[in-house]
Amino acid sequence: MQIPAPFDYERASDVANALALLERHGPESRAIAGGHSLLPMMKLRLARPEWLIDINDLAELDFIRREGDQLCVGALTRHTALLESTEVAGLFPIVRDAELVIADPVVRNRGTIGGSLCQADPAEDLSTVCDVLRAKAVIRGPGGERIVPMSDFHRGPYETAVAQNELLCEIRFTIRPRSGSAYEKVERRVGDWAVVAAGAAVVLSADGTIEEAAVGLTSVGLDGTVGEAEAVLRGQQPQEDLFVEAARIAAAACHPVDDQRGPVDYKRHLADELTRRVLRRACVRATGAEEG
Amino acid sequence: MQVSMTVNGEAVTRDIEPRVLLVHFIRENLGLTGTHWGCDTSNCGTCVVLMDGQPVKSCTVLAAMADGHDIRTVEGLVVGGALDPVQQGFMEEHGLQCGFCTPGMMLTARALLDRNPHPDDSEIRQAISGQICRCTGYATIVRSVQWAAAHPAVTDTAADGAGTGESNSEEVTA
Repeated sequence: MQIPAPFDYERASDVANALALLERHGPESRAIAGGHSLLPMMKLRLARPEWLIDINDLAELDFIRREGDQLCVGALTRHTALLESTEVAGLFPIVRDAELVIADPVVRNRGTIGGSLCQADPAEDLSTVCDVLRAKAVIRGPGGERIVPMSDFHRGPYETAVAQNELLCEIRFTIRPRSGSAYEKVERRVGDWAVVAAGAAVVLSADGTIEEAAVGLTSVGLDGTVGEAEAVLRGQQPQEDLFVEAARIAAAACHPVDDQRGPVDYKRHLADELTRRVLRRACVRATGAEEG
Repeated sequence: MQVSMTVNGEAVTRDIEPRVLLVHFIRENLGLTGTHWGCDTSNCGTCVVLMDGQPVKSCTVLAAMADGHDIRTVEGLVVGGALDPVQQGFMEEHGLQCGFCTPGMMLTARALLDRNPHPDDSEIRQAISGQICRCTGYATIVRSVQWAAAHPAVTDTAADGAGTGESNSEEVTA
């Protein structure tokens, strides 16, 4: 029987209240939203917070809205809401690709984007998605609000820029014309963590060349995106030879480890193949030629 | 701490430790053992209950988090002594063998049909993809849900509203 160690529980009424509670209860207090990352860690006693601050009532953090060229997503947005949003699917199809393979529909009813990013599991899909979309995290704390690019958000496995007395409130994605994105994951069984997954986002210029590209890999020990692969893509016409070269570079740049999900060679092969596929799909989507 | 919630239409209040999981609260504090406790790791789905009409894995929800919410367990599927069409469907189409996964399967099916009264087989399979049947009776489970879809209770809409106090039927499907 897996039961967390004892803790005290308090429910926050709004962001200000949550921040006050995190401050009052100090370093051993943690915010909890969907609980599908933190509670399993607590059951295994890998996490032993003395206080849980429940932020599920913070309706102000549950939104998907467009503001100018930004798509703003509240940290408390559930995976199900992200998956079912036609606006998200239209603007950033990579999010829908990933959400379809994150855990299962019942877990997705509880889990949140903020919780996934803050857990920062190396096998977590939305971290890669936000990396390649160059998303920004809006973090609030006692000192006010700060905006952190994803490249500074991730500090390593299970570590982020969010301090104990801060709260991730919002994730912002920049909407670009002629952009496309895609995600693909290989898992041992439905709903499992990735053996390897790849994500890509591209912006095409008016003449069809790749103006900007981002390539990310999940579960293979990579910090951030693959700069060398992106440099190769930039300024080129999207075509198969180019994808093959970028994928080769990405596969060489990652650091898979041999574990129960597979040997190193297999994972590197997946990194290569999946990178080609997501680049292909992202470019097709950027031209508007795909189903959508 | 004290928690209060509605379970199968009835208001309940109990004093519990904050670390009590919803599945244990339902089984041990309320004595409703129809909700099964399986893998403990949010993988198997036998502990699924409806929270405000949405299926959740109660092994990964604190009872404290359900405070103020509406919970429906398998015991709450029967309305006015009549089996829910999903329960009837599991009987008609042999949707269970050992029965361990059945409560979770039936509640997920109920929530699916509330949102989508005529799902195709792939939609049913998708809906139950977070749940494991150890007898591998998936084919008959899908048929059972289809039976329920084909035989909605005459008072289905009214009964759902009265039974849970919450209905998600207005939510848009993807």
